Amino acid sequence: MQANAKPLYEDSFAVEGGNFDNAGRVSSNIKSILKKMGLSSDVVRRAALVAYESEINIVSYSRGGLIHLRVGSDRVLIEAVDEGQGIADIELAMQKGYSTATEKIREMGFGAGMGLYNIKSFSDYFQITSEVGRGTCLKMIISISDAAGA
Amino acid sequence: MELAAIVKAMGLEVRAGSERLNAEVRGGYVGDLLSDVMANSSEGDLWVTRQIHQNIIAVASLKEHAGIVLVQGSEPTKDTLEKAVAEGIPLLVSPFSCFETAGRIYNMIATKGEESLGAR
Repeated sequence: MQANAKPLYEDSFAVEGGNFDNAGRVSSNIKSILKKMGLSSDVVRRAALVAYESEINIVSYSRGGLIHLRVGSDRVLIEAVDEGQGIADIELAMQKGYSTATEKIREMGFGAGMGLYNIKSFSDYFQITSEVGRGTCLKMIISISDAAGA
Repeated sequence: MELAAIVKAMGLEVRAGSERLNAEVRGGYVGDLLSDVMANSSEGDLWVTRQIHQNIIAVASLKEHAGIVLVQGSEPTKDTLEKAVAEGIPLLVSPFSCFETAGRIYNMIATKGEESLGAR
């Protein structure tokens, strides 16, 4: 996909901070959109996972944010932008098992310190930028390649 | 194997999704950490967990699990039950511990469908 090529699909979804009741709704929505577009099950599975982990991060650690989905002929781009506390030490946050989750969040089975780690390992390209006190921005690309199969 | 056969053999209580008991169980996964389940479970798995809150339904739905088994007689919360009904996710309650629940399910799947557990 050229940078200026018209995407096959583009939309943004709002995620409410702190509301676990609806957590997963946006990623579920994204998954069904990608499935309907006929993308391979591997691409759909990986995109759903990174969308879900991003959504849970926004719910857990921010006042709210947006998940932006852009599908091109050769890639699925998912961007998650939130307004919140941000991350002081990104390298530490990326480590498997490291989490700043509260006890309440952990009791629900979140906050295992696997979210960002999983996002990185399931996407083909991953970029994270963050500003303490402002928020965090995640950019993830899942490549669509015919060779990858289903 | 068919979910209904597991339900019957183990005496699982069906709390939701009774219309989908004909689902094919291809394997299983045990986990209480949602990120672990998201990353490592597969489509068609029967998910065994002690988590009873509503977020398990979103995970099972996203991963297209055959169903969720709550262990040790744990009942789902009201929200969880409502979401499971709405999404049509089989929500089952096992009287056994997590260990025994998983062991029994594993045995049934391993003896019925060798191909489903081997090549993962």
